[in-house]
Amino acid sequence: MITIPYLTALTTYFSYGLLFAFGQLRDFFRKIVDWWSHNSLQGYAPICLGLEDFYIRRLYLRIQDCFNRPISSPPDAWFDVVERISNDNNKTLKRTTRVNRCLNLGSYNYLGFGAADEYCTPRVIESLKKFSPSTCSARVDGGTTTLHTELEECVANFVGKPAAVVFGMGYATNSAILPVLTGKGGLIISDSLNHNSIVNGARGSGATIRVFQHNTPSHLEKVLREQIADGQPRTHRPWKKIIVVVEGIYSMEGELCKLPEIISICKKYKAYVYLDEAHSIGAVGKTGRGVCELLGVDTADVDIMMGTFTKSFGSCGGYIAGSKELIQYLKYTCPAHLYATSISPPAAQQIISSIKVILGEDGSSRGAQKLAKIRENSNFFRSELQKMGFEVLGDNDSPVMPIMLYNPAKIPAFSRECLKRNVAVVTVAFPATPLLLARARICISAAHTREDLIKALEVMSIVGDMVGVKYFPAEPKKQQLEGVKLD
Amino acid sequence: MDTMFSAFETMVKSVSDWVTLAFDRPSARAIVFGVPIKGHLLVEGLLFVVILFLLSQKSYKPPKRPLTKKEVDELCDEWVPEPLIPSITEEMKYEPPVLESAAGPHTVINGKDVVNFTSADYLGLLGHDKLQESCTKALEKYGVGSCGPRGFYGTIDVHLDCEARIAKFLGTSDSILYSYGLSTMFSTIPAFCKKGDVVVVDEGVHWGIQNGLHLSRSTIIYFKHNDMESLQSILENVTHANKRTKKLRRYIVVEAVYQNSGQIAPLDEIVKLREKYRFRVILDESNSIGVLGSSGRGLTEHCKVPIENVDIVTAAMGHALATEGGFCTGSARVIDHQRLSSSGYVFSASLPPYLASAAITAIDVLEGNPNLITKLKENIATLRKGLLDVQGLEIVSDPESPIVFLTLKKSTGSIKGDLQVLQDIGDYLLKEHSIFVATSKRSTVDKCKLPAGIRLYISAAHTKTDLEKACESFKKATAVVLADQ
Repeated sequence: MITIPYLTALTTYFSYGLLFAFGQLRDFFRKIVDWWSHNSLQGYAPICLGLEDFYIRRLYLRIQDCFNRPISSPPDAWFDVVERISNDNNKTLKRTTRVNRCLNLGSYNYLGFGAADEYCTPRVIESLKKFSPSTCSARVDGGTTTLHTELEECVANFVGKPAAVVFGMGYATNSAILPVLTGKGGLIISDSLNHNSIVNGARGSGATIRVFQHNTPSHLEKVLREQIADGQPRTHRPWKKIIVVVEGIYSMEGELCKLPEIISICKKYKAYVYLDEAHSIGAVGKTGRGVCELLGVDTADVDIMMGTFTKSFGSCGGYIAGSKELIQYLKYTCPAHLYATSISPPAAQQIISSIKVILGEDGSSRGAQKLAKIRENSNFFRSELQKMGFEVLGDNDSPVMPIMLYNPAKIPAFSRECLKRNVAVVTVAFPATPLLLARARICISAAHTREDLIKALEVMSIVGDMVGVKYFPAEPKKQQLEGVKLD
Repeated sequence: MDTMFSAFETMVKSVSDWVTLAFDRPSARAIVFGVPIKGHLLVEGLLFVVILFLLSQKSYKPPKRPLTKKEVDELCDEWVPEPLIPSITEEMKYEPPVLESAAGPHTVINGKDVVNFTSADYLGLLGHDKLQESCTKALEKYGVGSCGPRGFYGTIDVHLDCEARIAKFLGTSDSILYSYGLSTMFSTIPAFCKKGDVVVVDEGVHWGIQNGLHLSRSTIIYFKHNDMESLQSILENVTHANKRTKKLRRYIVVEAVYQNSGQIAPLDEIVKLREKYRFRVILDESNSIGVLGSSGRGLTEHCKVPIENVDIVTAAMGHALATEGGFCTGSARVIDHQRLSSSGYVFSASLPPYLASAAITAIDVLEGNPNLITKLKENIATLRKGLLDVQGLEIVSDPESPIVFLTLKKSTGSIKGDLQVLQDIGDYLLKEHSIFVATSKRSTVDKCKLPAGIRLYISAAHTKTDLEKACESFKKATAVVLADQ
């Protein structure tokens, strides 16, 4: 859990209060100006009511240049960030033709498959020639090609389950599967920091939703006992089924889920476990098979395993893996399988090839090298950042590292100063994180070399001093040197 | 002892004298029903004391006892959940045929060449040279995936070019790209329709729209499929029922060409109703972009309605544009709002760059070859003419729609039964005549109640021989399969 220092909390509240007050003042003047001018659509309610986009207009637009930065090269370890200029104080941004070659610390490129790869790309282009970029048809009609069946077998094998089904988008996988698994009369218990797609899927299902404290198995047990004893709200009938939804690695915290304890609790109370491995599949574990391998959990204990291919495999799409009966049922009822266009064949080929590389079936040891590199890189980077005095979240072995910033003014300062020195970082604020806990999030890739990481560390140290985010005392240099010598 | 006894005796005597006095006093006498009652005042006094005593008691409440740990344990042990999925029936084991080549107008299944009517590739752009070239170039330059959401370095210059190209093609100020066709609608609608708003929607819309409306928590009113009078009466009722019309947002959601029935929505009438009752229109043009209108700009061009009169236009690109993903277009305010509040855009990885460049090339090809649209229209007319006299099946779709929807003339009585018969026709066509068609399958979470049928997607790349062969085969297939009915 993050505990914010008292003084920092005060200054953050003060900054937000000031921004809010200024925003209200400007809105007031805008209302007066609008009253005089003529509005084109009379009689219609405005499409966005006043206070809904207050945050966007008055707070977000000021720092708009830190987000949505376009790139003009593949998202590899080094990429080209397109420069944008604004003539009206950040309200609109225009692209220029100038590009900046920057170190990429923001893309989800965990194993380095983000750019053209020597093994995968020729095979992808071949499949493009054979199957064309789309099938223009739903899986159940005429969108299943031999590539799709091969892909599903490959994924099921890799994850360690009897069968799998693949969809074209990870977000839609969650949104379309949860309504099928449970409906009214069921209970979904989800972690408080779950991703938006899970929240949307749970709401779309019509089941009752309860939340348990982030990564706290004891609180999960308490909630389960209460809910089973109480039954459905108002009628107190027993629940039809209970599904507990957790994620492998939480993308905003970088933490691993406490999977063994959660599974033992769910077994005791007969609840089903749904594991979302969007960030952990392919990135953690000895052979890249995700948190189950890393934490020593048998995949047969997890009822439904879900994941996406965007992060470690350099492609797009999502999958669900489970027992043969579960997959047959999903293929019969899931709307994403019955109505949506099937996954693009070149993207499917990319996944198959990258899984082959990871497992070493392409004849080289690149896969094992990549996995070792990303573990080494993450641990090195995290320990160095902590030594410098940054407040870094997340567990060891996790390639996602959030660095706490807290104050709203530090967000654009950190982002812009790093960009000036050719390092591209991602900063996240409200509403993706709680209001006070703004952070910068680093994603390490297997494509980063040791020199890249050292350069990044230098830049971040300078910028961190400038902006003032080193909340912890740094280890003195002499101790660091001694530490290195002992190694 | 004696004195105590005599004192006690005097006390008793004085009390009894007093009581006799109380009983014999004139006011203490009463005659009730002819019977004299003595001393009723005393009784009333005693009753009064008893009443006071009872009122001062606390009322009885059963004590609150929370469940003990042992009881909770027992309840947890007794509870038996339903199985995660219901037991598998025969129809759930259905596997669709597997294609061994690209899904164009002709494809290879089980080594045989079949005529393919399941692919929504209306303009025949699948396998087009220019598309393949631009995709190959993009794959070599950018790899496959974009490795990030749009806000965090997932915006590649091809995305911005694609958005600008779509906006230029349709004549709007801006557009926004989504990475999946199905997610376009269920992300756009919750960004604009909030709790308390009123949405009037056709009952035949597809699942993406239904899910989006459910997530938006607005008040949803369905009107009869493609029936303008039903729509008008509902709009009347809503306008009169609600007095706070200034703050209330009201929307009409329709599809240009309905996926579930092939009907075309009469946009000119809808726009007239929009202006009369002050509702905003959200239009889903997935199956009409590149098909309707003289230059393929969709239903707005077909019905001669300026696109500014439709507030929000969405479309999935997995149909005529032969690529994947979706887009939404409209005024600048509408699009800018979605860049931060549309969940499928903000929280999901962006479209792979090669698919975006395929979309740009597809629009370029469409603009340069308007004869593709005329060819498509000819093909639709030819197929419809040929299928008019097929026994047992009737065409329910609009004459201009690229989806030809055939339903059973005589229904078996249940949706399952209908689907079984249609599936038999489809299997027979594939096995005996090498024609690949699809029946419309419904998910269990889909609320649409329109009848099931066979859906034929016509493409501009189908040749005359293909279409004639299909008509012949249909006549033979229905003769065989429906003869058993």
